[in-house]
Amino acid sequence: MPVSLAGARRVYAALKACGIKLVSTLPETWLVPLLHLIEADQEMRLVQVAREEESIGIAAGAYFAGVPSVHVMQNHGFLAAINPLVSLAMLYKIPVLLLISYRGHWGERDPWQTQGGLVTEPVLRALTIPYYCLRREDDAARRLKEAQALALSALQPVAVLLTREVLWEDEES
Amino acid sequence: MLRADALREIYPELERCIVVTIMGAVAAELYALGHRPNFFYMEHSMGLASSVGLGLALSLPEQQVIVLDGDGSLLMNLGTLTTLARYRPSNLLHIVFDNESLVSVGGFPTATASGSDLAAMARAAGIPLVMKAETPVQFSTAVTQALTRRVMTTLVTKVEASSPVSYRLDLDLLENRFQFKRYLDSLPHPS
Repeated sequence: MPVSLAGARRVYAALKACGIKLVSTLPETWLVPLLHLIEADQEMRLVQVAREEESIGIAAGAYFAGVPSVHVMQNHGFLAAINPLVSLAMLYKIPVLLLISYRGHWGERDPWQTQGGLVTEPVLRALTIPYYCLRREDDAARRLKEAQALALSALQPVAVLLTREVLWEDEES
Repeated sequence: MLRADALREIYPELERCIVVTIMGAVAAELYALGHRPNFFYMEHSMGLASSVGLGLALSLPEQQVIVLDGDGSLLMNLGTLTTLARYRPSNLLHIVFDNESLVSVGGFPTATASGSDLAAMARAAGIPLVMKAETPVQFSTAVTQALTRRVMTTLVTKVEASSPVSYRLDLDLLENRFQFKRYLDSLPHPS
């Protein structure tokens, strides 16, 4: 099984430790086991969007309502959500916790993912969105809590990039 | 029908609800009727007012949420109709003022001017209750009906492509944001 179940379980446990009650997402391969865990959790509501921009709006609504939320997407989905990150979340100083699967980077074998992989971190830096590149699953709880804390204190989006090391187990070749 | 007249019809209801508006004429005309701390004027991010409304409605099931959307905005995020339909919070009323025009940026016609039918799209997306209104009486009757039936509703309302006297709100974006957040924080929480 190439998608790492152990990694998904650690990230899910980290979301529980953060008190997350609402998760919006646009599913993708790397995220499937994590989303199944969230879906099965009676204390979390999973909202599946048609496009990642919607997630930023939902994040604003949940924040205004006082409900801790996280927004889970592929890095190409993050690229699709740039405008609302700028003109809603950053303009209105709204904390948004982004969990982004980091496709197309170190070790990537799918050619179609690579261009997005190359630009993800430069775009995050250009937007002044602080991010942490999670490379060890046993670090998930600490880094997600830190990301949530920073988002809430700085009142702005903060991202955790979920790397291949955390979400993928390469088969022997 | 003028959008301002439609808003005046339902203003007493809006006072009791959590309201999210799109930018431009709708925000200016609602503000001119009288600002309230439960009104959030989303001065950008066209298309996402309904997504903000969805996040609010799912998070605050005891509260009635009303989104004031427009044809130009909704056309920028048609996928939202499928997401609203999928989760269909019964406390969400999605009002779309359709003036067939991007009136706030100079009046370019939108696709609804050449026949695209937002109510039909909402219905086809699976929104549980879709209504249309063309007069102030129809409009206020539809709003009352939607609020009474407690089912997720999209109400498409044809209005004239009129501009407000002024687009300016004497309220900073962040002032509105912090006031709105503080208002919501003050609401009684069920748990």
